[in-house]
Amino acid sequence: MSIVIEVENVSKQYRLGQIGTGSLSHDVNRFWHKVRGKEDPYLKIGAENDRTKKGDSDYVWALKDINFTVEQGKVLGIIGRNGAGKSTLLKILSRTTGPTTGTIRGRGRIASLLEVGTGFHPELSGRDNIFLNGAILGMTKQEIRSKFDEIVDFSGVERYIDTPVKRYSSGMYVRLAFAVAAHLEPEILIVDEVLAVGDFEFQKKCLGKMKDVSVKDGRTVLFVSHNMGAVKNLCDKGLLLENGQMKSFGDINTVMQNYFKKGDATEGVFFSDKLEKSEVVAIKSLKLLNQNGIVTETFDIGDDLTVELELESDMDIENPNIAVGIKSQHGFITIANSMFDGTRPPNLKKGLNYVSITFKDIPLLPQQYFLGIGMRSYDCKTFLMTTKDIGFFAINTTMKDLGIFSPMAEEMVRDSVTPFIPYEWDFGNGNKQSFNILSNVRK
Amino acid sequence: MQNNTDITSASTDKWDIVIKPKSSLFEFNFKEIWAYKDLMLLFVKRDFTAQYKQTILGPVWHFIQPLFTTIVFLVVFNKIAKIPTEGEPAVFYMCGITIWNYFATCLNATSNTFVTNASIFGKVYFPRLVIPISVVLSNIVKFSIQFLLLLGLMAYYGFTKGHFYFGWTWLLVPILVLMMALLGLGAGIILSSLTTKYRDFVVLISFGVQLLMYATPVIYPLSFFENSKYLPFIQWNPLTPIIEAFRYAVIGEGTFSMQGLIYSATFTTVLLFVGIIMFHKVEKSFMDTV
Repeated sequence: MSIVIEVENVSKQYRLGQIGTGSLSHDVNRFWHKVRGKEDPYLKIGAENDRTKKGDSDYVWALKDINFTVEQGKVLGIIGRNGAGKSTLLKILSRTTGPTTGTIRGRGRIASLLEVGTGFHPELSGRDNIFLNGAILGMTKQEIRSKFDEIVDFSGVERYIDTPVKRYSSGMYVRLAFAVAAHLEPEILIVDEVLAVGDFEFQKKCLGKMKDVSVKDGRTVLFVSHNMGAVKNLCDKGLLLENGQMKSFGDINTVMQNYFKKGDATEGVFFSDKLEKSEVVAIKSLKLLNQNGIVTETFDIGDDLTVELELESDMDIENPNIAVGIKSQHGFITIANSMFDGTRPPNLKKGLNYVSITFKDIPLLPQQYFLGIGMRSYDCKTFLMTTKDIGFFAINTTMKDLGIFSPMAEEMVRDSVTPFIPYEWDFGNGNKQSFNILSNVRK
Repeated sequence: MQNNTDITSASTDKWDIVIKPKSSLFEFNFKEIWAYKDLMLLFVKRDFTAQYKQTILGPVWHFIQPLFTTIVFLVVFNKIAKIPTEGEPAVFYMCGITIWNYFATCLNATSNTFVTNASIFGKVYFPRLVIPISVVLSNIVKFSIQFLLLLGLMAYYGFTKGHFYFGWTWLLVPILVLMMALLGLGAGIILSSLTTKYRDFVVLISFGVQLLMYATPVIYPLSFFENSKYLPFIQWNPLTPIIEAFRYAVIGEGTFSMQGLIYSATFTTVLLFVGIIMFHKVEKSFMDTV
């Protein structure tokens, strides 16, 4: 496999605060150093980009020494927490801003989809905008003309094609914009997760199209997302960024484990730090168990899924609310929420606390899943803890195991969503409370 | 770049795209801009069609603006201030206004390149110079319309006063327009490069262009300053020879100075060269400073 993109020692420095005051004097100073043949004085300084800490330098490294290569036809998932440098890396790769140091080499055309409909002019008709947007994304007039009918077909707005796009509904607007983007044929496609915003149908179309692009056409895709389900489903390789530095690069499963875990944790056990400073509760450990009490990350359809939480609280908290949700690539599927089901979790004491929840007979289809966990104060007004995409697990049952042999079945279940799942809280000391919306209905 | 689907066969040391922090001073990819010529023309089309959507008069506005300016100049400078003109005053003013407007709109529009297109530039890459070039091109369309009006006015006076200038000098018009375009483009991209970081220049441009008109023989002929101590100032203005030559070419008035035009051409070349270097430097980093 040939390498189509090579990133070497790429770093990006940003200046904090307002540009204006002082920047002229910095420019002059920089120029003076250059004249004397010295190094840029501001490149030497610059703190690691950790936004939670107060630094003493005006300059930060949004990216520092990034090195990786991507082979043709692979999908690289770029993951990391907010502010890790994902977007900066995308911007540099898509050439909207330059790196401070380092080199990137690529083969073929790079097209970036950081948003759809870039350059759409509200006064122009759909037809004119297809040409304009296509050209902005790097297509020639010839290419657009040859694909014009396909684009219009895909968008489904044929009737309005000569109407100014300002008269379009927002749905039509996005469909048309995405239709143009979907018909780009670059060798390297850079996609931001904002693309995956929109209705379910649209997300499916986007993600499906991305898979097509890499598998069928042998094109390379770089995908940035917080949606771990989508990343795990789509990507072959992963790049984990933390505070602007590369933390892990390689096989997507290994990289994801590094994202969720610290040190050499065993399968099925996860940790989470406090995401926001104001939060007072952290997940010390999170264990996933099946009905046999075995800690695991793989389940079968119909297994019980138990989530055991070890929570560390900074203070005593009276009757907090807790929510544990199961997420797929399409977002939350079901949430066990004490604000909603009327169960009352006990007080949290300062130090370690234990809460577990069992989802009974999980009717989940074979996909990749995640948990989203949150805690709020009794009156729901204060966030005590929020975690995003922690504790991933997979349902490994295949359709064949269930005696379904239709060739479409595997593909269909990949995109399906499941309904409510009954669950039972265990707040410790025999304080168990179960909730099943269906039995409530039938009573 | 176009049919590059067979990338597997490319040799390992051949890269199509290299992104580096700093490019050498003169590394400039004209081929790449040419590859985006379709985009350039689509921008021209967009500018033109979008500007007059939901207006009743549409492109007729292009006529109205120079017409009214001519009338005002006629009253203020000719009748009240009694500044002499060469030839028919109305034709004289409109001739100057037409070519001056072209320069001024080119300069004004290109100087905003980065600020007004920040949202597109932040999302997609294409050679940034495509935008100012397309602005200059779309203004040529406006210029042509106004030039037609000028011809109409000349024809009117031709019928009523029996004098209509027509000669081989008309062949000079495209060359002079090109010079004006390049001068506007050069000054515009320099200013646009400066405005990304220091917005002070936005303020400067808005009144600077207006004032510059008075330092250029638009409302008066160059001959008006003959034997005046201000003459050198007007002559140092690289716009002066072009405007004078334009009048000479179209209405047969004004002075045609080869020496002056060579000065203007040299000035334009240097300006454009500096502009391209500055623009190229800024386009890489402007998203961080805009």
